[in-house]
Amino acid sequence: MSRRRRDGGVPAPLLVPALLAVAFLVLPLAGLVVRAPWSQIGPQLASPGVGQALRLSLVSATLATAVSLLLGVPLAWVLARSTLRGRSVLRALVTVPLVLPPVVGGVALFLVLGRQGIVGRWLFEATGFSLPFTTAAVVVAETFVAMPFLVISVEGALRAADARFEDAAATLGADRWTTFRRVTLPLVAPGVAAGAVLCWARALGEFGATITFAGNFPGTTQTMPLAVYLALQRDPEAAIVLSLVLLAVSLATLLLLRGRWLGRTVSA
Amino acid sequence: MSLEAHVVVRRGALEVDVQLSVADGEVLAVLGPNGAGKSTILRVLAGLLPPDGGRVVVDGDRVWDDDTAHLPPHRRPIGMVFQDHLLFPHLSVTENVAFGPRSRGVPRAAARAAATAWLDRVGLAGLGDRRPGQLSGGQAQRAALARALVGEPRVLLLDEPLSALDARTRLTVRAELHRHLTDYAGSAVLVTHDPVDAMALATRVVVVEDGRVVQAGTPAEVARRPRTDYVARLVGLVLLAGTGAGTTVALDGGGAVAVAEEARGPVFVAVRPESVALYLERPAGSPRNVWPLTLVSATPHGSVVRCDLAGEVALTADVTAASFAELGLAPGAQVWASVKASEVAVYPR
Repeated sequence: MSRRRRDGGVPAPLLVPALLAVAFLVLPLAGLVVRAPWSQIGPQLASPGVGQALRLSLVSATLATAVSLLLGVPLAWVLARSTLRGRSVLRALVTVPLVLPPVVGGVALFLVLGRQGIVGRWLFEATGFSLPFTTAAVVVAETFVAMPFLVISVEGALRAADARFEDAAATLGADRWTTFRRVTLPLVAPGVAAGAVLCWARALGEFGATITFAGNFPGTTQTMPLAVYLALQRDPEAAIVLSLVLLAVSLATLLLLRGRWLGRTVSA
Repeated sequence: MSLEAHVVVRRGALEVDVQLSVADGEVLAVLGPNGAGKSTILRVLAGLLPPDGGRVVVDGDRVWDDDTAHLPPHRRPIGMVFQDHLLFPHLSVTENVAFGPRSRGVPRAAARAAATAWLDRVGLAGLGDRRPGQLSGGQAQRAALARALVGEPRVLLLDEPLSALDARTRLTVRAELHRHLTDYAGSAVLVTHDPVDAMALATRVVVVEDGRVVQAGTPAEVARRPRTDYVARLVGLVLLAGTGAGTTVALDGGGAVAVAEEARGPVFVAVRPESVALYLERPAGSPRNVWPLTLVSATPHGSVVRCDLAGEVALTADVTAASFAELGLAPGAQVWASVKASEVAVYPR
């Protein structure tokens, strides 16, 4: 009996902090659900401001994910497959935005792409277009913060994939581009999908870089997280409803990734 | 469609330096232990690994590799079969076989038709819509063979094509592979560590050890007259090196063996373990090859017990299980071993 208890049981010094941690992580979300003005949800969501923010968030996060796929998958391939020297340095540089405070990312983007920025000045003089405080700036900020998630995920999938399939394709007359399109990409498709979902979720929740680089203009740059923050000061009910929507999206993301990130531990 | 290759590759401790030459319709087996550099040679021929030196020339004037040129793998008219088939898991079997023609510019319909025809030839008619994961090991390896052969490659490379199969499947696939290799007009190179594959499939064998060719010849020559311990063990012979003086060979390791043929100078002596007889007492009469030896180890080997012996001459004897029991042998036992001079093969080193 005592033996069974020892196998199944958790020592109190571990159990108590663990329960506290669970409470700490779950209670705020539960509170959000409990305090939600359920009867107000319909009207709140229908109000023009909320709908606008939601639409802008979905569109910009999707665009940011598309840009990340277009640029990030090739980058992941270079990191995983090429024999380029300095790859480890490159990988470190690429993952910096992962740990960088997003506000810092926003400031950095501003310094480079702003009207007075290194690239931005040239862009403005050539075309009269100024990137900051536009919807495009939202996409740029979100891409900057979210792309590393995709790159890391796809690179992991590429490393795990058997490179000998690529050898086989080469002996069948496929050049490296054909091999990438017809063999490598389909083989790592699950990894790319997981990376894209992760990237999209991160882009959807982006706050710091967006508000710094794109500002907070309803209709053009005010995404959901920005709207939540603003609403909390004048209309807490709206803030709760918006938060619920973001929570639902996050949970849906987790469900999508179930089996890949949950259940099986760090296998990707 | 001949292939002439001198492959030089340095990889850490292993230095491969091997010359090969394969004529039309010939199947060359590269036989050797694991880590001898066999697969490295094949990867160089395929173009997957640029060599550190040497050259690969096809048809006398088409240079695939030399000091200045390296033709990438997808530009070489080759077909390659890998140990674990490596069929693309996301494509159907037909799409797998059609992959080569498609990437070499054959229109879709024609490529599929060629693939279907080849699936017929390897006995997989009707399975083209399956995924590779739904095939048995033998079926998958047949599909891989069809995939390699469908483009009528000038050079066919086979990397341990049978070693991932179970024993029964291996027999049937080996027989089919033999049939397809007989029909194949180009040059084929088969890498294997299994002497049975080499003997059954190849017209010529080169034995590679530590990156060097240690023996070359027809399968029968290699089987009858091994030149290294590795080959001798593979073909089930005990190999002893010595110096011939008439009908006696003085062994390098000490002792002497009487042989039936005249032999002079440095020679190899090969003894079949089943021709070695064991006795507890010195055998009566006066056979010339009799040695008192110590039994080192005994392992069951099919219907016989393989006895490794040490002493004046290191020998291996195969005795039936019954006589092994009768003799009451155990490791450490002292025995007399004898072998008839006429049973001993001798050939120049």
